[in-house]
Amino acid sequence: MDYTLFVIQLLNGLQLGILLFLVASGLTLVFGILDFVNLAHGSVYMLGAFICASLTFALGNFVYALLISLPIVAVIGYGFERLIARPLYERDHLDHVLGTFGAILVMDTLAHMIWGPAGIAIPLPAALDGQTQLAPDIVVPTFRLAIISAGLIAAAGLYWLVNHTRTGMLIRAGASNRTMVTALGIDIQALFSFVFAIGAALAGLAGMLIAPITEASLGMGNNIIITAFVVIIVGGIGSMKGAFLAALLIGMIDTLGRAFLDDIFKIFMSSSVAENSAPAISSMSIYLIMALILFFRPQGLFPPKLR
Amino acid sequence: MTALLSVSQLHKSYGGVRATNDLTLEVQTGELHAVIGPNGAGKTTLISQLSGNVFPDSGTISFDGIDVTHMVEHARPHLGIARTYQITSLINSMSVIENLQLAIHAKQGHSFKFWKPYAEKNDVRTAAHKYAARVDLSSRAGIQVANLSHGEQRRLEVAMALASDARLLLLDEPLAGLGPEEASEMITLLEALKGQQTIVLIEHDMDAVFTLADRISVMVYGHIIATGDPDQIRQNQDVQHAYLGED
Amino acid sequence: MQKKVFVQGLILAAVLIVPLLLNYMGHPFYLDLATRLCILAIAAVGLNLILGYGGMISFGHAAYLGLGAYAVGIPAHHWLYGGMDAIATTNGFVQFGLALLVSSIFALLTGLICLKVKGVYFIMITMAFAQMVYYLFISIAEYGGDDGLVIDTRSEFPLVNFDDSTQLFTICAVSLFFVMWLVWRISKSQFGMVLAGIKGNEQRMIAMGYNTFAYKLAAYVISGMICGFSGALLGNFTTFISPEMIDWARSGELMFMVILGGVATTFGPLLGAITFIILEEVLSTITIYWHLPFGLLLIGVVMFVKGGLSALIPKAGDKE
Repeated sequence: MDYTLFVIQLLNGLQLGILLFLVASGLTLVFGILDFVNLAHGSVYMLGAFICASLTFALGNFVYALLISLPIVAVIGYGFERLIARPLYERDHLDHVLGTFGAILVMDTLAHMIWGPAGIAIPLPAALDGQTQLAPDIVVPTFRLAIISAGLIAAAGLYWLVNHTRTGMLIRAGASNRTMVTALGIDIQALFSFVFAIGAALAGLAGMLIAPITEASLGMGNNIIITAFVVIIVGGIGSMKGAFLAALLIGMIDTLGRAFLDDIFKIFMSSSVAENSAPAISSMSIYLIMALILFFRPQGLFPPKLR
Repeated sequence: MTALLSVSQLHKSYGGVRATNDLTLEVQTGELHAVIGPNGAGKTTLISQLSGNVFPDSGTISFDGIDVTHMVEHARPHLGIARTYQITSLINSMSVIENLQLAIHAKQGHSFKFWKPYAEKNDVRTAAHKYAARVDLSSRAGIQVANLSHGEQRRLEVAMALASDARLLLLDEPLAGLGPEEASEMITLLEALKGQQTIVLIEHDMDAVFTLADRISVMVYGHIIATGDPDQIRQNQDVQHAYLGED
Repeated sequence: MQKKVFVQGLILAAVLIVPLLLNYMGHPFYLDLATRLCILAIAAVGLNLILGYGGMISFGHAAYLGLGAYAVGIPAHHWLYGGMDAIATTNGFVQFGLALLVSSIFALLTGLICLKVKGVYFIMITMAFAQMVYYLFISIAEYGGDDGLVIDTRSEFPLVNFDDSTQLFTICAVSLFFVMWLVWRISKSQFGMVLAGIKGNEQRMIAMGYNTFAYKLAAYVISGMICGFSGALLGNFTTFISPEMIDWARSGELMFMVILGGVATTFGPLLGAITFIILEEVLSTITIYWHLPFGLLLIGVVMFVKGGLSALIPKAGDKE
């Protein structure tokens, strides 16, 4: 195996893991606090990408577009909470799933009507578009480093918000005991709306960050949402720490599996068999890992202590 | 008399709370053995461990000479252990008779019978009606459980345990939430069962316990502090201090 | 009661006869539509066994449709282009047998894991496993990957000819009636009672001595096999299979059919499938953006049908 390639793939895995965390953190926050299953979370990720794409063309600068898109998706998340989620809190999970599934159809079709069926590529500003030399033999695209940094900053901001602010304390308290928070005279509805807005902003941010690499496209949200589910299942639903570690784990396994599994297989099987089976196995790898973990730990790796 | 159930040095903690703490208990064949104790003494946790819903951290539970400490929950009824719930737990969407039929079937081997229409199982239906009659629910046999009164549901709870043809009944507060009239019906029912069945009874109603029980164990903080017949328990200093004094 | 039986008989007769009649009068389009309807209805009946009668909310049943269709397409592909001699055939019995075998194995293995957990975990894990199948077929270039696999030859059976659209439709309709009858029998059997009891109060069933996991697993496997069978018919109908047909939106549509039609009823899945097909046809002729009104309708039904869609779920003990 090539050392340079390995380091680059490692960075790619880290990047995927961080993006997955941005999506999964909103899901796990909402589920942990509200016991609400939001399938439409992936659509916010997609909307983030499209809105950022449009704004990039309007403003001529990706970074400004991103900064303006963030509050827009937060507002979308807020509106989603008020219109769709709130009437469904008292219902069972089946209703959550069906209602938000309907919401996906609506949001995806609206995106289709506004932006058309084809994907939209986002041009990067020159400063982010080049390559950066990390070490003598290792050159990586600057933008990938930017994604990793932006994602880590967002994750750190979320950590600070949840663990070191009064709002975060209420969020954590709300996750373990909703009645108590209400009894303290806190406007719990406003808190819920806020949590949705934060979750939407994080998922939207992930969509904005990936769009310059993959394009903004219609199916992108529906693909990542399942992977984000795998992340929170593996991490333990409702656990922020679990979501973070599981996102990195899943990101690494998926990326490294696709990159190196055929080389690994070639060690102990003929190269034609390896070339045929490696893509199949690596495409399933994260689900197989999920199955394995669930078999031994049905509640995930880091189940939250208080439920 | 021999011990049908013996529990030895049972421990169970949740976080830092010792719900069961070095608990030792013997229940003789044929007796009605009441377990009393203040709220939070760990009585329901004990029942849950006996029925297999919760596994102890350490200690042993043996039933009729068989170590059942780690036996899965669904296997224990086949040995002859049946329980009722403090908070009524029935299949609300089904009728009284259907609930009882399921309880009877549970003991008759597997139910992987995909073909024969269930309604044609007359023998089981007849048996189910017999159990309904035993708890005075004959007239309510076809009623959906959700539409029964609370007292009727409590009696069905007991009938379900009887229908599983158990050798040991674990009754978790059968009088919970009952009005005076319903409670006296339940006490009459339990009196009729006494002597025919081995029963572990958890109950808060002291009058009922002291009327019904052959022996009483007093539980405080997950530990049995005294066991004896009703008179012995009444006179026991520790019990008066720890429990009855507060009542 | 008499009236109800009459109406049910009328529905079945209409499903079988109307498309044939329209076809005879020169509208083969409706025959195709009805064939698709019957195939989707079979899958919905299969899903209803666990979702309706067993209370297990699976969001991954489209995977079985895919497995069934690929079980027809892959042997046909090898029969034509060589390779994999063990399964290279156009024999319908082998292909359909393979569809049932593969879907039962997949249901057994995934069921062992997802039935250990409840509620929202179950929903997400069934979704994830379906997505695994989706990515698996995308990754296999030999079977067309993303683009899908053209099924050049339909399954071959003695006496019937699947290339004849009238015969294929008749087979699908009769299969649907058979599967409805099968699930009805199961729901009325002792096993069905146990399943209903588990749906009603699983903890109590365990305390009574039922190994509920085994019963749920059995139902899950049967349900998967029915959907696998439906998939084998689907492959024969479309003569094409692609990962897109396994997409989780398809699973959502199946759920929609079951719930809209009425869970835990014999005719519910059929009525749901009819409603779905009509909605899809009518809306998609009005606008290419038909998912928008469809999504709004779905949200509306969930929000405003009293108590949500699950309130439409009759309790297991309710008599018809």
